[in-house]
Amino acid sequence: MNEPTITEAFVRFGYLIAAVCFVMALKLMNSPITARKGNWVSIAGMVIALIVTIPLFMTGAWRPADDATFNRNLILMGATVALGTAIGFVSGRRIQMTAMPQMVALLNGLGGGAVALVSTFEFLEAVHMGTAQPPLQGITTILSAIIGSISFSGSMIAFAKLQELLPGRPLGFKGIQFFNLALVFVAVGIALALLVFHASIAPSMLSPLFFMLIAAALILGVTGVLPIGGADMPVVISLLNSFTGLAAGLAGFVLSNNALLIGGGLVGASGLILTLLMCTAMNRSLANVLFGAVGGTVASSGNSAYAGKQAKAYSPDDVAILLSNANNVVIVPGYGMAVAQAQHQVKEMAGKLTAMGIDVKYAVHPVAGRMPGHMNVLLAEADVPYDQLYELEQINPLFPETDVVLVIGANDVVNPAARYDKSSPIYGMPILDVDKARTVVVSKRSMNPGFAGVDNELFLYDNTVMAFGSAKDTVAKISAALDNY
Amino acid sequence: MSPREWFDLIWVFTVFVLAIFVGLEVIAKVPQTLHTPLMSATNAIHGVILVGGLLILAKAEGVAMLIIGVAAVFFGTMNVVGGFVVTDRMLEMFRGKKRSRTE
Repeated sequence: MNEPTITEAFVRFGYLIAAVCFVMALKLMNSPITARKGNWVSIAGMVIALIVTIPLFMTGAWRPADDATFNRNLILMGATVALGTAIGFVSGRRIQMTAMPQMVALLNGLGGGAVALVSTFEFLEAVHMGTAQPPLQGITTILSAIIGSISFSGSMIAFAKLQELLPGRPLGFKGIQFFNLALVFVAVGIALALLVFHASIAPSMLSPLFFMLIAAALILGVTGVLPIGGADMPVVISLLNSFTGLAAGLAGFVLSNNALLIGGGLVGASGLILTLLMCTAMNRSLANVLFGAVGGTVASSGNSAYAGKQAKAYSPDDVAILLSNANNVVIVPGYGMAVAQAQHQVKEMAGKLTAMGIDVKYAVHPVAGRMPGHMNVLLAEADVPYDQLYELEQINPLFPETDVVLVIGANDVVNPAARYDKSSPIYGMPILDVDKARTVVVSKRSMNPGFAGVDNELFLYDNTVMAFGSAKDTVAKISAALDNY
Repeated sequence: MSPREWFDLIWVFTVFVLAIFVGLEVIAKVPQTLHTPLMSATNAIHGVILVGGLLILAKAEGVAMLIIGVAAVFFGTMNVVGGFVVTDRMLEMFRGKKRSRTE
C-alpha cells in the first residue's frame, strides 16, 4: 500500500463532513416537521462527497498512465452524469404520487446494480493484472457483488409487481424455496472456490466463475421475490434497500473509501430497522413475509356461510341520502382512491358533510396504499386536515358508534377474515373494524379481490352496501347529490 | 500482510462497524407516516455508490471496463438524483403543517 498523500487526507476530511451530514439527515427525518430539511442536509452531504472525490481520481493511483485515456474517461463521465441527472430529475418530478413505491424499487435496483458493477470492475481488473486481491478485498468484492446483484434483480421483480407488469399474487413453482437454497449453496461454493483456491484456479477460469456467481445471485433475487405477495412488496423493497446499503458499504472496503463505508453502513443498518418496523406494523415476522407463501398459490378462503350471497349495490344518490342522515361518518381511503386520484373529490365531499353538521373522520390503516405512510402523503397532498386523520388504534374503538363508514378503494385492510380465518394469508394483520359500524358503504370498481388476492366477505355482510365504479366518479357523484339534501 | 496493512484494515473496520451502530440507533421512533419517505431517503443515500462509480470510470481501460464504468456511473447518478427528488416530493407534503389533536 502506498503512503497516503495530502490530497487523500483532504478527501477523507471531506468524507467526514459528508458522513456527519448523512447522520444528521437521518436524525432530522425522525419527525415530520424537520424531515424535509433532513433531505436537504442529506443532499448537501452527497454533493460534498462527490465533489471531494474529484481530486481523488485526478491524482494518484486512480489516474491511468495514459492522458488520452484519462481525458476520454472524464468526458464520458461528465456526459453520463449529466444524462443520469436529467433522466433521474425529470422522472422523479413526473412520477405520480401513487407510483412512488415502484419508483423507489426501481431506483434501489439501480443502486444495487451500480454496486455489483463496481465490484465486478475491481474483480476483473485484479484478474487482468494477474494479481490476487488481498484477502479482505477479495471477500468484500465477492460479497458486495452477490448482494448488489440480488438487490438489483429482486428490486426489478418488486417493481414489476407494483407496476402490475407481473400479477401481485405469489408466483412460483413447487419447491421454489429448495431451489433458492440450492442457489445459495452454488453461490457460496463458487465464492469459496474463488477465495480459498484462487491460486490453483487457471487464470482464464476466474472470470467465468465470477460471472456464474453473478448469474446465481441474479436468479436468486428473482426467485426470492416472485413467491412473495404484492401486498408485502413494501417490506421487500425496504429489505432490499438495506441490502444495497450493506453492499455499498462492503464496496467501501474494496475501494478503501470512507464515503461508501459510512453511507453504505448507515443505510444497511437503518434500512434493516425500518424493515422490522414495517413488519411490526403488519403484525408479521420478517421470516413470515419472506417465506410465508411456500408453494406459491393462495387458495381464496373465506367464510362459506357467505358463499353464493349477493352483494347489495347502491347508486351514488342512495349513498348521498344515507350520508346526509348520519351523525358521524368515517372515511377509509385505500389504494383504489389513490389510483383514481380521487383524494381531492373526497376532500370536497367531506367538506360538504362537515358543513351539514356531520362529524367526519378519516381512518388511515398503517399499510393503506402500497407502503406504510403512503396514504398520509396522498391525503396531505389534498390538504386534508391532520386533526381529521385517525390511526388504527384510535379509530377502532369508535366504529361501533359510527353511523356510516365509507370505504373508498380499500379492501384487504378492512377484511374481517384477518381476525379469525387462520388459513387466510392476511390472518393476524390488524384491520380496521369497519364491519362493526351501523352501515358500511364500499366504493370499488368490482368485486375482484384486493392486492393480496383474497376474497372479502365484508362485501356480503348485511350491513354492507356496494357503490360500484371508479372512486373518483362515484365520490364526485355522491358529492353532487349531497347538494340536494 | 505487513503491520501497516493490518493497521489500515482495523481502521476501515472501525469506521464500518461504528457506522452500522449509528445507523441502528438513529432510526428509533419514527412515526408511521414517515416510513415511506424515510425508506426513500435512505435509498438516495446509498446512491453514494456513485463515488465508487466515478473512481472506477476514471481509471477504466479497454472497452469492456469502460462499459462497466459508464453503466455504474449512470445507475448511481439515477439512484442519487431520482432518490432525492422523489424524497423531497414526498416530504413537501408535510411542510408547515403541524400534527395536533385537541381531544
